[in-house]
Amino acid sequence: MLRLENVTKRYKTGDVALKNVSLEIPEGQVIALIGPSGAGKSTLIRCVNRLVEPTEGTIWLGDTELTALSPGDLRKARRRMGMIFQEYALVERLTVMENVLSGRLGYVGFWQAWFRKFPKKDVREAYRLLDRVGLMHMADKRADELSGGQRQRVGICRALIQDPDLLLVDEPTASLDPKTSRQIMRLINELCKERGLAAIINIHDVHLAQMYSQRIVGLKAGELVFDGPPDGLVPEVLTEIYGEEDWEATIEDVDEDEEEASK
Amino acid sequence: MPKIDTADGPVWKRRQTPKQLMIWFGWLIAVAIAAYAWHLISEKTVWFFVWDAPRQMLDISTRMVPPAWSYMDVLWKPVWDTINIATIGSMIAMAIAIPVAFAAAHNTTPHRLVRAGALFIIVSTRSINSLVWALLLVVVVGPGVLAGTLAIGIRSIGGCAKLLYEGIEEINQTQVEAIEATGASPAQKMIYGVLPQVLPTFAGVGVFRWDVNVRGSTILGIVGAGGIGVQLNASINTLAWTQVSMILLVILGAVILSEWISAKVRHAII
Amino acid sequence: MSPPTSPYPNSWKKPHFIKNPLLRWGLILGTAIYVALALGTMEVNWIRVWEGLPRGQRLLAAFFPPNFSDTRGVIIDGILESIWMAIIATIGGIVLSVPVGLGAARNLSPRWVYLFCRFIVASSRTFPEIIVAIFAVKFFGFGPFAGFIALSIGTVGFFAKLLAEDIEAMNKTQAEAVRSTGSSWFQWINYAIQPQVMPRMIGLSLYRLDINFRESAVVGIVGAGGIGAHLITSISRYEYDTTAAILLVIIAIVISLEYTSGYLRKWVQ
Repeated sequence: MLRLENVTKRYKTGDVALKNVSLEIPEGQVIALIGPSGAGKSTLIRCVNRLVEPTEGTIWLGDTELTALSPGDLRKARRRMGMIFQEYALVERLTVMENVLSGRLGYVGFWQAWFRKFPKKDVREAYRLLDRVGLMHMADKRADELSGGQRQRVGICRALIQDPDLLLVDEPTASLDPKTSRQIMRLINELCKERGLAAIINIHDVHLAQMYSQRIVGLKAGELVFDGPPDGLVPEVLTEIYGEEDWEATIEDVDEDEEEASK
Repeated sequence: MPKIDTADGPVWKRRQTPKQLMIWFGWLIAVAIAAYAWHLISEKTVWFFVWDAPRQMLDISTRMVPPAWSYMDVLWKPVWDTINIATIGSMIAMAIAIPVAFAAAHNTTPHRLVRAGALFIIVSTRSINSLVWALLLVVVVGPGVLAGTLAIGIRSIGGCAKLLYEGIEEINQTQVEAIEATGASPAQKMIYGVLPQVLPTFAGVGVFRWDVNVRGSTILGIVGAGGIGVQLNASINTLAWTQVSMILLVILGAVILSEWISAKVRHAII
Repeated sequence: MSPPTSPYPNSWKKPHFIKNPLLRWGLILGTAIYVALALGTMEVNWIRVWEGLPRGQRLLAAFFPPNFSDTRGVIIDGILESIWMAIIATIGGIVLSVPVGLGAARNLSPRWVYLFCRFIVASSRTFPEIIVAIFAVKFFGFGPFAGFIALSIGTVGFFAKLLAEDIEAMNKTQAEAVRSTGSSWFQWINYAIQPQVMPRMIGLSLYRLDINFRESAVVGIVGAGGIGAHLITSISRYEYDTTAAILLVIIAIVISLEYTSGYLRKWVQ
């Protein structure tokens, strides 16, 4: 459904963030993108919705060549890709409801957006999503009154209300505590299953990556160095991606955590 | 690197030697400039008057008390005018400054040339003191409140727009990015991603400017542009010191009041 | 999407910024009435405005081109005087501001010092530089010394206040961290406060230099030295081309000051 062909990103400073990355993601697959800081994970998902313009290569979403779209068509295509951010990136001075509804901006006109007159079904859907993530009662609160985990839930709602085919998730747990991190990851995972969404999740935590994805892609210095199932992440592979370290402890816990998480 | 290896082992210094030298050099230049400036100013000073100043101060201060309380009857209208000059002037200024600021901020300007034009407006209006604007406007529209209001308004365009566009440039860009990622149009991105972030700044700047302008509008009368400065100027020229002290008290009151209001409002916003 | 029988509301209204409707409408109405009154009581002599327009035109025309040649020497003298006045007043004012600013920070100083310094700040901020300049001229005689005094006083009010506010708003954890190492008061200021406020203070002092130059260009109107005296003379003599020349020089200097200060600020931070 999403296909990256030889994508390269070279920043103006000369830094090469992505080198010739090719990747294909079938419908409904949740993949975790792992790799050390600066490996180009963030750049990769930003290239997909062209918040960052790739220097070379093409990206296809279904039959649409994203890399060739005009600004107007790009906006239409972006509606099909929900994005969830590392620091939540909620507009802090807007209410929770406005933040969720902002996911529908691609579907409404300027004045509708200005007067907050969103279609009834959008408002209903917003309430439904907020209810789904347990924040129904927070709709009128300002986003900056929420805790980190709550903000990320709102961020998830904003992405989902777009009714996307694909989720781009950038370090969703980086600013959260371990427990909340798991809850958020589980939530994203469940929602993807419910809706049959494909997702690319950038994640630092190898552990969480293994727990909550069907496939793992490893990036190192802008190059794809691993692509396989979660249990293919043997110590040798991790060493390849991150460098030398004692990896046994990291991997062993997985099953235990899975049980705990399912309780 | 601030770590320097010596025979006795590594030594940590806060700065590298060349940078430290630069800083010392900077200080040296600053002192030299200060000394030179002082020399020039003192050359043009009649020191006899300066040494005589304490006596003058004492003399004038004694003549100032008690303030001519009854003069207040005359002052109500000028005070009202002064406040209005500031308020209406600030409103005019903000109305023009907001679009100018969006045109001038790196992250919201539609084009480089537009930005240059906006910056030109900002610089040219705020480079000239409101008193000078008042001087010019008195020539054009005649003495009175209108000249003062326009002077305050024009001068404040640049003053406000500068603070506004700096505020716009300081916003959190990821929040805007997040709105962009939903497929929002540039205009929507502006009202959802940018505007909520800068509105408090805008309100703060407006109130701040109003506060500044209340103070500024008290002096415009010196060049005939309305407000309480007219009475101040007249009273000083006729050496009516008790009236002068009354006017100063009124100005003091106006300034304190405006500062209090502006602080309250800014507190309520943020 | 959800079926029509959805338990969720169909509409949502943004909560008002001011929740009490009475207060909200009261404020809106009050503002409207005030503006109407303010505009209504503004005495404007429209005939005079109409008559003045050709003069405005002449004033504008004088900028193309301005006359730099006739009075060049006088302009240069006046401008230089303004510049030096601004510089020395900025330096003097800042030197005085540092102790006052430290004293006026609630989290640093004992209460009586705080109140005393706040009093200094408030009293030097209250009156516009021009009014202070009028009195400085009365006391110290005509010339740049009076301007220097007036601008220095203004600088103290500005700088000490911002310094104090900045210190009060600083990051408490950093300050506590340094304090907890057992540092003395001066060490604490030097390690915890100074690094936090310094970059901004340098920026502000350059900004104040800007303001002081702009003010020094007008204090001459009341006889406190600098270019202002020539400006007002040229206008009263209808020598608009000279007026234009002076204004352009002032603008040029302000712009160059601003660029330099922007550059320096970047370099500092």
